[in-house]
Amino acid sequence: MEQSQQGGARMIEMRKVEKWYGAFHALKSVDLTVRQGERIVLCGPSGSGKSTLIRCINHLETIQDGEIVVSGHRLNDSQKAVDAVRREVGMVFQQFNLFPHKTVLENCILAPMRVRKLSRADAEATARRYLDRVRIGNQAEKYPAQLSGGQQQRVAIARALCMEPKAMLFDEPTSALDPEMVKEVLDTMIGLARDGMTMICVTHEMGFARQVADRVIFMADGEIVEENDPDTFFRNPQHERSRAFLGEILAHH
Amino acid sequence: MTLDFSVVANAWPALLSGVMGTMLLAASGMALAMIIGVLGVAILRAQMRIPSFLVTAFVEIIRNTPFLVQIYFIFFALPLAGIRLNPTITAILALGLNGGAYAIEIIRGGVESISKGQTEAGLALGLHRGEVFRLIVLKPALKAIYPSLSSQFILLTLTTAICTSISAYELTSVGQRIEAETFRSFEVYFTLTMIYLVISLITMWVLAAIGKRAFNYPDR
Ligand SMILES: Nc1ncnc2c1ncn2[C@@H]1O[C@H](COP(=O)(O)OP(=O)(O)OP(=O)(O)O)[C@@H](O)[C@H]1O
Ligand SMILES: [Mg+2]
Repeated sequence: MEQSQQGGARMIEMRKVEKWYGAFHALKSVDLTVRQGERIVLCGPSGSGKSTLIRCINHLETIQDGEIVVSGHRLNDSQKAVDAVRREVGMVFQQFNLFPHKTVLENCILAPMRVRKLSRADAEATARRYLDRVRIGNQAEKYPAQLSGGQQQRVAIARALCMEPKAMLFDEPTSALDPEMVKEVLDTMIGLARDGMTMICVTHEMGFARQVADRVIFMADGEIVEENDPDTFFRNPQHERSRAFLGEILAHH
Repeated sequence: MTLDFSVVANAWPALLSGVMGTMLLAASGMALAMIIGVLGVAILRAQMRIPSFLVTAFVEIIRNTPFLVQIYFIFFALPLAGIRLNPTITAILALGLNGGAYAIEIIRGGVESISKGQTEAGLALGLHRGEVFRLIVLKPALKAIYPSLSSQFILLTLTTAICTSISAYELTSVGQRIEAETFRSFEVYFTLTMIYLVISLITMWVLAAIGKRAFNYPDR
């Protein structure tokens, strides 16, 4: 853990990032450095800007000030930089967002063929490898609507992995799932973390945070309020807002 | 007054070729309308000011003027611009433009019904906006509005009758000719009514079959 915090190259860097939605100040001077292989859990109350933060990293949202550098590419409005970043950063959404008119396999090969210019054979081989890895290889010919929520989310993870990303962003990947399916998705994510994937996960799954996070980042009102290793964060939160938040989370679980 | 359908029955070869003419106009008009509909929505989605304005203006003009006037306009205006088209081509153009304007409205509704998450997932995977529209959004959008699009295309099929006004070759013009020769108005228009009904039913059936093939993936 020590090593991954200090040693790895800088994968994602946000410096003094300011984000406004019209008159609403959604990110306030956010500074964040994520090194290669690091696993970050991002938590905080609803509306605190967690989704906004990770969506800025792959330019689904534009920022008004500050800078974001991902794997050496400085995000500005040039499509080239955006393309380069999106090729190297995968994203998993709360609502899965699988393409309903494409089979599981087709979902997984679309971007590798279009964006990475892989041949169909290569893309399919890669897709089957990752589908096996998320233990869904035998469902490759099915359509998303024929799968359970947990299965769909695992396909979504495989689909992102098929682009061979250097980092993965997760936005509450288990929040839309029935309770009995949460574990299968978390296990998949834990597996990824074990294999050294750089990850930023927005989640309120505190068990997951304890188990895999190198750092827990707590946000409130568009600001990073506290940043600590999970042990310290859970046992001895430094800020009043983190304490209140943890109290609420624990009351619910 | 006695009814005599024999004159109509005797004219069956002419009626049949009239039906063919109608089907040709309807099928070509639908194809053109479909192309215009998808292209129009693609242009609106690209959010460029002037092209979007032109598409919106086109849609509003077509939807707020009578088809009969539109087809006369095309028929008499194009020659002024030095373009000479035969009545059939003119009719197809008019039907396609008219149906296309309605198709733009309908398909746009379908596109808007697709969740933003679909687009975001595509963008996050590195696809460009055009690819996202073509490969991800379009098909589910068409599936969502396919029933409305089908009714619009049935309407287009029936609208072919108005093309008789510029002497395009189709069922109604054939009927008018038979009526002029035989003075059997009731028999002729009763027969046309029945034939149009059958054409509509067949069109409906064909469109349903196409929809079933094209959108054969399960929804949630
Ligand atoms: N497109 C938008 N336009 C205007 N305001 C927005 C937009 N997206 C988010 N916001 C606002 O920005 C703030 C942060 O939103 P964000 O979705 O990042 O919060 P979050 O921490 O992810 O919350 P949640 O836990 O509910 O997902 C919220 O107050 C939200 O209302
Ligand atoms: Mg959120």
